[in-house]
Amino acid sequence: MISTATLLAIVLAPLAGAILAGLLGRKIGRTGAHSVTILGVGIACILSIRVLYQLVWGGAPAYNQDIYTWFQIGGIGANVGFLVDRLSAMMMVVVTFVSLMVHVYTVGYMADDDGYQRFFSYIALFTFFMLMLVMSNNFLQLFFGWEGVGLVSYLLIGFWFKKPSASYAGMKAFIVNRVGDLGFVLGIAAALHFLGSLDYSTAFAHAPSLTGQTVEVIGGHPWSAATLICILLFIGAMGKSAQVPLHVWLPDSMEGPTPISALIHAATMVTAGVFMVARMSPLFELSGTALSVVMVTGATGAFFLGLIGITQFDIKRVIAYSTLSQLGYMMAALGASAYAAGIFHLMTHAFFKALLFLGAGSVIMAMHHEQDMRHMGGLRRYMPITYATMWIGSLALCGIPPFAGFYSKDAIIEAVGASHVWGAGYAYWCVLLGVFVTATYTFRMMHLTFHGAPRFRVDPHAGHGHDGHAEPGVLAHAPHETPWVVTVPLVLLAIPSLAIGYFAARPLLYGGFFGSAISVLPAHDVLAGMAAEFHGPLALAVHSLATTPFWLAIAGIALTSYIYLLKPTLAGTISKALGPLYRIVDHKFYFDELYTALFARGSVALGKALWKGADAGAIDGLVVNGSASLVGRIARRARTLQSGYLYHYAFAMIVGLILLLAGFVLVPHA
Amino acid sequence: MSIELLAFYFFAFFAVLGALLVISLRNPVHAVLSLVLTFFSMASIWMLLRAEFLALVLIVVYVGAVMVLFLFVVMMLDIKVAAAREGFIRYLPVGIGVAAVMLAEMVALLGVRAMHVAPPPSAAVMGGQANVVWIGRALYTEYLLPFELAAMILTVGIVAAVALTLRRRPGVRHQDAARQVAVSAHERVRLVSMPAERGGNGAQP
Amino acid sequence: MISLAHFIVLGAVLFCIAVAGIFINRKNVIVLLMAIELMLLAVNTNFIAFSRFFGDVSGQVFVFFILTVAAAESAIGLAILTLLFRNRRTINVAEFDDLRG
Repeated sequence: MISTATLLAIVLAPLAGAILAGLLGRKIGRTGAHSVTILGVGIACILSIRVLYQLVWGGAPAYNQDIYTWFQIGGIGANVGFLVDRLSAMMMVVVTFVSLMVHVYTVGYMADDDGYQRFFSYIALFTFFMLMLVMSNNFLQLFFGWEGVGLVSYLLIGFWFKKPSASYAGMKAFIVNRVGDLGFVLGIAAALHFLGSLDYSTAFAHAPSLTGQTVEVIGGHPWSAATLICILLFIGAMGKSAQVPLHVWLPDSMEGPTPISALIHAATMVTAGVFMVARMSPLFELSGTALSVVMVTGATGAFFLGLIGITQFDIKRVIAYSTLSQLGYMMAALGASAYAAGIFHLMTHAFFKALLFLGAGSVIMAMHHEQDMRHMGGLRRYMPITYATMWIGSLALCGIPPFAGFYSKDAIIEAVGASHVWGAGYAYWCVLLGVFVTATYTFRMMHLTFHGAPRFRVDPHAGHGHDGHAEPGVLAHAPHETPWVVTVPLVLLAIPSLAIGYFAARPLLYGGFFGSAISVLPAHDVLAGMAAEFHGPLALAVHSLATTPFWLAIAGIALTSYIYLLKPTLAGTISKALGPLYRIVDHKFYFDELYTALFARGSVALGKALWKGADAGAIDGLVVNGSASLVGRIARRARTLQSGYLYHYAFAMIVGLILLLAGFVLVPHA
Repeated sequence: MSIELLAFYFFAFFAVLGALLVISLRNPVHAVLSLVLTFFSMASIWMLLRAEFLALVLIVVYVGAVMVLFLFVVMMLDIKVAAAREGFIRYLPVGIGVAAVMLAEMVALLGVRAMHVAPPPSAAVMGGQANVVWIGRALYTEYLLPFELAAMILTVGIVAAVALTLRRRPGVRHQDAARQVAVSAHERVRLVSMPAERGGNGAQP
Repeated sequence: MISLAHFIVLGAVLFCIAVAGIFINRKNVIVLLMAIELMLLAVNTNFIAFSRFFGDVSGQVFVFFILTVAAAESAIGLAILTLLFRNRRTINVAEFDDLRG
């Protein structure tokens, strides 16, 4: 049995750490701040692992209970409650484990930052919100966690708020997420309207009643209620999980400190959308249209956003676009009803992407906060542990067997291929070519960073650290391997990146691991078909050597190795040869420019019109000042009536009396 | 023409005459005296209406108190008659015009319709009681609270009038009642012990 | 025979004389106060006449209260007048325009 106390401890331990570090940060000092938060998250992590163990091996039933009723209106209750089944337990373990690793890593990464305690407070608070999100048993608490992680994400992207670009990036993330959250709120409202409850289990129990119900969003065009709910919810997921076309905030979020990029913008928060769609599988299964939308959106992102990664030179941005691409993979899997595959990829991705980000952070530390890969190169000699762990992460990302990414990504590609929803053919090509793109940008990054000749210069007189950053590519002293607090998390993350796929593939994908947490209609169940051809993870790895995705990955690796290791000048030649195509990709398909022109300029123009016309003109001029000046004008006339002479007032009274009498005389009455 | 009607016209004539004198006489003292005439005449008319109590109250309270107060104030104040009469001729036509219009309207409204209402026998109206009894019963039963309030208002009026006009002039001798009450014995009498004189002149009473 | 109209018209005549008095003696406060007394007298006459002709005691009771209030009013009015004269050395209403807007 899972006890309520355990779950409360999991949630509240990080919160307590966050409050202590945030409010008493000055008193308890740097050591105190990282001690309490690491302790809090550590407790949450250990208890989460215990809960998962109880569920999977201890035979404990899923926990679903309301703990506290906030308020009750009519039949709708706003409760705080936990639904802990295998799906959420797995997410809890992933969240707390990656969070713990990031906490430890941060001790080294942020060592000389002024906002040390604040930072720890934020990431512990993030862990709290994320746990509330995944453990929720109702829509409202889900939304609470959803907005909470968004808030902390905003705070952390703009962590270095003195840097204008960081503040802007934080605002951009927040505003773009508002677009998605509008859809999300409407989706929750629609679910409440049609299903009559905020509670998952009650709502899902009523889900079959949705079939046949329609709603006219635009007059005269009835939509299926299920499609409406699912697409609105998915719009929320698009914002949070950075799907096309709401992906624009994620690359800019790299302005935040690297541990944040690893924790929030790669491993956990951005996968909240994927988790949410998987959690809502009973609803999504009812709407083929919604599944098509999910799949096509995801697959588009998987391929086209990956392309952008090839053109970037900022090491963190390359990984950010890689994240966008991988999130696309997850969504495509969900669209194919292969929820298990999507969640599986979510888990493996959390490990290897956190690893890659933390590795990139380690590189950035060694380079004294230089992020441009054009000034790196040859770092493998200076930092062997980072180098080795980055290799593991890269191979996992490319899907080379038997690394973790291989099993999850292979399952996704096959699932999309086997799916029959509308758009599956297009999606299949996207995810297939995405493999080649993934390998290309990954190894381009590896080669530019670790291989080849160093493109930086060591000059002891160039000033120290990141303060004296007068000239890019000039370091005060040679790069060196980072301290143990940084490398230990790298190693600990490298282990699951290497092995988790091998061990988890069978139970997660084909073993019915998630049980009733995920429901799939038999007609959609592509994983069941694939299960027939599954003969164990080792056999799959061997078999994959003869499949297209594997050779596409190898081709990508080979191509980049040839260009960047043997003919470094070739890269420029190719980009010139591709001319316009390269420019389109390099400008990220002009999404930012389009949004700036359309929404930003449009809003500014609208705001200006409203300011000048409506506010300054109509409200200030006509209503506020107008009424005041009208009163003033009337009063200026009326004051002359007040002569102050007694007989004038008497005269007025008598005239009034005469008029009154005249009225009685002239108007006939009974 | 009955004797009652004759009496009515007689008193009405003096009432109107007095009223006209009030507004037209130059000397304020004469004007107040004319008002007294009007009040007397109207008290008599009220008598005709069998309102004996109120008629007497009018004479006692109004003529006896209020009018005397008016006279007192008029005589006490040094009024420049010429200045106060300024514009008298100029506004005379307007005043007469307005008054005439108003009178015409009032008569048209009330007088014509009331023309044929004859008075019921007074005994029947007052239930066989005297006028004082009739009013007294109403005042002390139904109108007790307003009656008390009226008393309160009179008291407040007295206090207000005194408070408004009271002024302390420096160097004027006056009694201070509060100090008189608060005085104690040793302040009043001073006992002085003196040695008896011996061998006085013997002129003691 | 005396009818109700006699008394009503007498009241109206007195009232209108008072109105005319307010008009033509616009500078003299004492005459203004006396004109007000005249108006009250006219109104009281009406009350008493109606009370008599309709046999209702309320009219006379009301006159009683009006007399009370009018007495208080005259007392305070004259007190104010005295005060005014003491401070301004005049009772010319044309000079009292402190409340001019």
